Amino acid sequence: MEPTAATVSPARQITVTINGTTYEREVEARKLLIHFIRDDLDLTGSHIGCDTGNCGACSVIVDGTLLKSCMLLAVQADGASIETVEGIADDDELTKLQQSFSDRHALQCGYCTPGMLMSATALLRANPQPTEEEIRKALQGNICRCTGYWNIFEAVKDAADGAGA
Amino acid sequence: MLLREVGYARPSSLDEALSLLAATDGARALAGGQTLVNVMKARAASPDALIDLNGLGELKGIDLAADGTLRIGAMATYTEIAESAEARARPILGEVCATIADVQVRNRGTIGGNVCSNDPTNHLPPLLAAVGAQMTIAGAGGERTVPADDFFLGVYMTAVGPDELLTSITVPPGKSDGFASVTLGADGTCIVSAAASIDGGVRVALGCVDAVPVVLQPESADEQAVRAAVREARLDPPSDVHASSEYRAHLAGVLAVRAANDASHRARS
Repeated sequence: MEPTAATVSPARQITVTINGTTYEREVEARKLLIHFIRDDLDLTGSHIGCDTGNCGACSVIVDGTLLKSCMLLAVQADGASIETVEGIADDDELTKLQQSFSDRHALQCGYCTPGMLMSATALLRANPQPTEEEIRKALQGNICRCTGYWNIFEAVKDAADGAGA
Repeated sequence: MLLREVGYARPSSLDEALSLLAATDGARALAGGQTLVNVMKARAASPDALIDLNGLGELKGIDLAADGTLRIGAMATYTEIAESAEARARPILGEVCATIADVQVRNRGTIGGNVCSNDPTNHLPPLLAAVGAQMTIAGAGGERTVPADDFFLGVYMTAVGPDELLTSITVPPGKSDGFASVTLGADGTCIVSAAASIDGGVRVALGCVDAVPVVLQPESADEQAVRAAVREARLDPPSDVHASSEYRAHLAGVLAVRAANDASHRARS
């Protein structure tokens, strides 16, 4: 526990590991995690769709838990290990889930795709053989404004068949 | 969106958190932040400092006592409650938590934040009123316990004072509960909700029809008795873009009956 944790301050030094790389930065308390990831670290895979916690385009996995990074302060992520869409594939090899998105044409404009991939990745890790209902529930927090839900659903279903994503 | 400048502290004990709240002007407790961070973006709330409760182990955990009483830490998330074996001592709690918003919000949003924000569209205030929950509040002077019926004071207002924190929620054992709601889309914003509980008597609590949950005690869980109790409450619900006052009043009767039926069905099973 850092000694300054229990004093009120407008900014603090944080250490965050994202996709295996550790970053140390000074951040203002008012900065949302998504802005820290995109603007300070230039990891622009995670998107800002609505900035009201509804659309899920900013979804990331924080210490194993799927969260919307527009509803977390960057300072709250101090010490956390975060996965973003840039980190789910190994090198240039797509994950089974990403390949399914391509095969099933599960993206139109692509804006919601990073969030969809993170939500589906979290689902398939926890539950490699989800039911159709479980897939739908898992994607409930992600909005596709092209309304391409059917292909996204099919892509996740494909990725869930056989070995996990 | 960039928030207004705000101070931040992450205390590691309840005492430390209470001292910070008392000593810092314009300080506000930050629980899951799934409501607060968004209202701060909209400048609908503009605290000068946030006291983050996520480091307080004392506010976490779900424990089941030998007599079946459930103690839920205020910082327990909806997902933790939905997945908790202990919380199945009162199954309706996990079932309703599993229908709040979406996976991401359930992973971070807390039961304490839900009831302390006391948004009339939240499911948990009427549910906790129906099941007779007790709310434990800590302050500089120690702890006090307030029944859910006296906890909700108005829209966004509860019995928790500015220098106090809700620490836990205690729920007696039971299984004869029901819940029904009409929402905007699946698990969206609530238009009207009703929770019912049968334990000797019948308690029905209506949400979204007034500033605080409206608690009714119909003579029985039968449809006629429940409808009579809703009529006698002379509800005057708010109108907004989603529903007129008349429609909410109509739904209150329909959903109270559904919740009571659900509760009676489980009482028999």
